[in-house]
Amino acid sequence: MSDFTSNFWSVYVAGITLVSILACLILLWMTGRKKVMSSSDNTTGHVWDEDLREMNNPLPVWWVWMFIITIVFALLYLVAYPGLGNFKGQLAWSSANEHEAEVKAANKELEPLYARFTGMPPDKLAADPQAMAIGERLFMNNCAQCHGSDARGSKGFPNLTDADWLHGGEPDKIKETLVKGRNGLMPPMGAAVGTPDDVKNVANYVLSLSGSPHDSLRASLGKGKFGACAACHGMDGKGNQALGAPNLTDGIWLHGWGENAIISIVNTGKTNQMPAQAEKLTEAQIHVLTGYVWGLSNRPGVSKP
Amino acid sequence: MSPTPTPKVVPIQPAAEQAVEVSLYASQAKIYPRSVTGVFAQWRWAVVAMTQLVFYGLPWLEWGQRQAVLFDLASRRFYIFGFVLYPQDFIYLTGILVISALSLFLFTAVAGRLWCGYACPQTVYTEIFLWIERHVEGDRSARMRLDKADMSLEKLVKKWTKHFLWIGVAIWTGFTFVGYFTPIKELGMEFFQARMGSWEIFWVFFYGFATYGNAGFMREQVCKYMCPYARFQSAMFDKDTMIVSYDVARGEPRGPRSKSVDYKAKGLGECVDCTLCVQVCPTGIDIRNGLQYECIGCGACADVCDTVMEKIGYPKGLVRYTTQNGLTNGWGRDQLLRRVLRPRVLVYTTILVALCIAMLVSLVVRVPFKVDVVRDRATLSRIVEGGKLENVYRLQVMNATEVSQTYRIKVSGLPGLVVASEPEVQVDAAQSRWMVVRLHLPYGAVSGGSHPIHFEIGTVGGSAHISEKSVFLVPR
Repeated sequence: MSDFTSNFWSVYVAGITLVSILACLILLWMTGRKKVMSSSDNTTGHVWDEDLREMNNPLPVWWVWMFIITIVFALLYLVAYPGLGNFKGQLAWSSANEHEAEVKAANKELEPLYARFTGMPPDKLAADPQAMAIGERLFMNNCAQCHGSDARGSKGFPNLTDADWLHGGEPDKIKETLVKGRNGLMPPMGAAVGTPDDVKNVANYVLSLSGSPHDSLRASLGKGKFGACAACHGMDGKGNQALGAPNLTDGIWLHGWGENAIISIVNTGKTNQMPAQAEKLTEAQIHVLTGYVWGLSNRPGVSKP
Repeated sequence: MSPTPTPKVVPIQPAAEQAVEVSLYASQAKIYPRSVTGVFAQWRWAVVAMTQLVFYGLPWLEWGQRQAVLFDLASRRFYIFGFVLYPQDFIYLTGILVISALSLFLFTAVAGRLWCGYACPQTVYTEIFLWIERHVEGDRSARMRLDKADMSLEKLVKKWTKHFLWIGVAIWTGFTFVGYFTPIKELGMEFFQARMGSWEIFWVFFYGFATYGNAGFMREQVCKYMCPYARFQSAMFDKDTMIVSYDVARGEPRGPRSKSVDYKAKGLGECVDCTLCVQVCPTGIDIRNGLQYECIGCGACADVCDTVMEKIGYPKGLVRYTTQNGLTNGWGRDQLLRRVLRPRVLVYTTILVALCIAMLVSLVVRVPFKVDVVRDRATLSRIVEGGKLENVYRLQVMNATEVSQTYRIKVSGLPGLVVASEPEVQVDAAQSRWMVVRLHLPYGAVSGGSHPIHFEIGTVGGSAHISEKSVFLVPR
């Protein structure tokens, strides 16, 4: 009821509720006192539409008691639970509280299940089928929305199976990514690089780093302008995991491949976010998930492209 | 010899002689049904024994390593003898319910409220509770006397014994009911060690309480005021439906008589007005007033009237199963039976038989696993190394057998379409598993857009096979 600025609607709703219950009680009491004349054929003597007659079938008294029970129940309910306008009820129940309690109870129930995993290093986790089954379900529910069911990502969402890492692929780093999330920021560099033609040259130089198809003349012209990029991506273009600057030499193009895609990124920059999971998942869940994600590119038998 | 001596003529439901003032509420008089023997009573006890043997016995049956019939709600598996059913098999429950409803229609059209009189749990448990009551407190007149009597040690002992036994049966019933949803042997251990779960406790005692209340106290009130079936069953009646009827032409005018007197000369019918038919009636009506909505068709009045007729040497069947047409036209057994095969009955029978056959066939040819194909929610289509287009799917494979199975995934529908991920999956007994499947298509093999494809899933080394539709997306 916090949606209303005045107290009027609260009083209005509470009033209608209580008056309705009272009206039910009065109706019961009045009909209990009422007597009707029953004619000799056990009808009430009322006739409609020529021959439609109303039989006199009195309501069993136990049924009346059920009505009374519902009225008593309604009043007790309204005392205990929120129902009368703004009144929160004696039990202070709310759906948010209940949800929280349920999550807490479920996590408590899961604790012994995770207890076995909390001490395990990630490589042990990745080899444990039960941990991986749990990890897979956690991944499907929390990660697959962006990274895909097969963890191979799509444009803008990194592939987690290819051993190429923006922020580092060590278990500690993966866990840090999960707990705190990551913000990838590439500022618009068009002006710093120079004229649009310079940007095009740099783009070709960047393509040449991974041996992708490029214009070698423009690439050699662009090399000199790459200095603006080197602060983050390094002089050799191999990136910097401490900054989350991608390796430009490995032929992996998170935000699109080709000259146009690179020009557009240089000119407009890019902000990409991995949301933090610490609020959503328990520590034990994040630990298992770390093992799962690490295992995607490190498990024996997993093909590395 | 006069008919069985009765203390008093039971007042028949008050169609008041003149207009009187009545209340809109009425307390219900307690009914004390007299015990009855006869062919219909025997039938009822046979059905009680049969239904309860099934109800109380079924959860204790074993099938391999598990309970033969178990509805495991927590893990959503329904075990019925050799079958493992998933919630996706809900259609079978629908089928059973439709068959049950049509059976009810059929039986009712042929012979009235057979269900109510013989098989309904309300009747069956009332019968069991009445049997206990009769053995503890005595028959009708003894029970009436006991209820009227002042409180005494004897009354206290009898009442307590009765309620003790009732509660025993009720809790056992509740326990059995819960035993269909949680393994009954473990439940038994938990019960005796007082460590049942809170929901188990709730359901054992709630179901037990409902049994105790309905069979011990509410009884005919349930049929008269609560039961919806009772109301709509009359829609299945016609003039050729067998109902328990009093032969008015033969019985009236009713009246007591000495056996030595020629009643015909006195102008009397064959009803000796012993009122036994009223005393045995579990809903407290007088069948001689004709067909009434309270009548559950149990045939107790027919049974008791036959014993009276036999004693005084009149032909049986003054109260009997017959049809309204039969009664008016004085038809015999053969003529009644001939009218059973009328269009309404034939239509019900045809639909019922067709449904039963359809149900059986679908159970026999049922593929013992299921597959759901879900396209990946994140990725529409992507280009991977080797110039191939990749689409990602998630397949839920549900094993409906009780052994571990390996399934092989194949795909068809587009030239060059192949499964790029592991094509085999192993699923444990009665488990389901999600697997990720990646499909590859050579770039440029087909035009851009959505292309229908089929997943073919089969057991390795078996013949069971399922085909599921999906689409492969190619960027334009």
